[in-house]
Amino acid sequence: MSTLYRRRKRRDVIMMTLSFLATIVGVGWLVLILGVLVWEGLAGLSLRVFTEMTPPPGADGGLLNPIIGSLIITALAVAIGTPVGILAGTYMAEYGRHSRLSTVVRFVNDILLSAPSIVVGLFIYEVMVAPMGHFSGLAGAVALAVIVIPVVVRTTEDMLRLVPDQMREAAAALGIPRANVIRSICYRAAGAGMLTGVLLAIARISGETAPLLFTALNNQFFSTDLNAPMASLPAVIFQFALSPYKDWQKLAWTGALVITVAVLALSIVARALAAPRKMP
Amino acid sequence: MNIASIAAARTDDAIDRALRREKISIRNLSFHYASNRALNAISLPLYEHHVTAFIGPSGCGKSTLLRVLNRMYDLYPDQRAEGEVLVDGVDVLAPHQDVNLLRSRIGMVFQKPTPFPMSIYENIAFGARLYERLSAADLGMRVEQALRRAALWDEVKDKLATSGLSLSGGQQQRLCIARSIAVRPEVILLDEPCSALDPISTAKIEELIDELKEDYTIVIVTHNMQQAARVSDYTAFMYLGELVEFDATSRMFTSPGDKRTQDYITGRFG
Ligand SMILES: Nc1ncnc2c1ncn2[C@@H]1O[C@H](COP(=O)(O)OP(=O)(O)O)[C@@H](O)[C@H]1O
Ligand SMILES: [Mg+2]
Repeated sequence: MSTLYRRRKRRDVIMMTLSFLATIVGVGWLVLILGVLVWEGLAGLSLRVFTEMTPPPGADGGLLNPIIGSLIITALAVAIGTPVGILAGTYMAEYGRHSRLSTVVRFVNDILLSAPSIVVGLFIYEVMVAPMGHFSGLAGAVALAVIVIPVVVRTTEDMLRLVPDQMREAAAALGIPRANVIRSICYRAAGAGMLTGVLLAIARISGETAPLLFTALNNQFFSTDLNAPMASLPAVIFQFALSPYKDWQKLAWTGALVITVAVLALSIVARALAAPRKMP
Repeated sequence: MNIASIAAARTDDAIDRALRREKISIRNLSFHYASNRALNAISLPLYEHHVTAFIGPSGCGKSTLLRVLNRMYDLYPDQRAEGEVLVDGVDVLAPHQDVNLLRSRIGMVFQKPTPFPMSIYENIAFGARLYERLSAADLGMRVEQALRRAALWDEVKDKLATSGLSLSGGQQQRLCIARSIAVRPEVILLDEPCSALDPISTAKIEELIDELKEDYTIVIVTHNMQQAARVSDYTAFMYLGELVEFDATSRMFTSPGDKRTQDYITGRFG
């Protein structure tokens, strides 16, 4: 009896120690990554990063053109992807809830959700870049939009499904047409969650590099021309980090820090929005 | 006081047979949930400016019957109704009927209060605004009227901008009633409107029903025999998807014609 008890006790201690160690290792890596990132990134951080163009090797410069480029490409990707995602999610959760099409779309969407982003880049390269004959910011935005759509579709559908049917019935019972019920009742009830989905999608595409290398490529100079190659933070980080030049490498770290802070901020906002709260 | 005397005292003089008019005539109505029959050949009149109570054990089809009257079942593809429901002589089950227009004429209040996630004012203005072009002032009047009618005005007049969800259960239910009234329906369907409420709120709503029947035709589903006896002029007793008996409430509770009705209202089963 007491040996059995002692053996159990020993197992318990071993189990606990292993779990604890695993946690330390997991969190440890994260802390290490963030630590190195902050250390290396802060070293190159100055106002100049946000006001000057990317320099040639050996000269002073900043990251203004890739920051602007990333903002443009991301904004455009969200502008394209969000309406499509929300409408598709709305179809699946509302109009087409019982339809065969929804089941098929849901399945395809889940595949798209976890598709490697390099595949998306290659696809857009084939259908946009190759026919147009050149890389462009627009192609980059479309590639990222393709990544945004499944995230938004998924969260929109999930959030709308959380709205109780009773709410829809109550609105329908007043004679309110379906479209108004969805817009005024369902979107309002599910709004915070849907917005969270969009923010998560933005966070997801902020660091995407592979699809951009196939589409927007990069640009040494400041350009807002959507029909021409456009700089972006991930592409510049990729180029600079792999270069042999010390100051380029330093800028790459700073760029990585900028992205990380931006994504972190988005995640915090998304989390705050998603937290249960009183309706307005 | 026993149920029979409540019912007798209340309704004997409330019914004037010569003047009553069938607002809704349900004729040979059957209903299926997919392959599951929930209503079987029901025929029943609903008289204008009277309160009709649907009673019967759980699962006998009371809610289903209500949901046919405003075609709520239309929201679900595998539910279907056969037979006729004539509202002012027009069959509303006919496929060409404008369902939204029908629902604006036949209001419904559910068992669980369902305020919309918006302010108290908006909760009521929302439906009213849709069918009539009202100026801001008129809309404000309409909201006030509806809230007064639902005996809620005094409790909420200083906080119309706060969320409808911040009200108590009883208040939320009266908000839902006000919301229905604001659309100016002709019929109001109440599906166990008091089952989630405390006795005081229940009393308020019963009082309200009594006032509302001046202007509306009212149908109420209730599990509470006392309530049916107190508020209704007519009672329909349903059992297993069939209408067992329909009669003036005073007679139904004093001399029911069917043994099953008798057993149910005296609490022998249900
Ligand atoms: N959505 C549904 N799908 C399938 N069957 C249902 C559904 N709603 C109700 N039913 C069935 O229909 C019958 C009548 O239900 P209901 O009208 O809700 O009864 P009541 O309101 O009198 O308690 C019950 O047998 C119930 O199981
Ligand atoms: Mg019911």
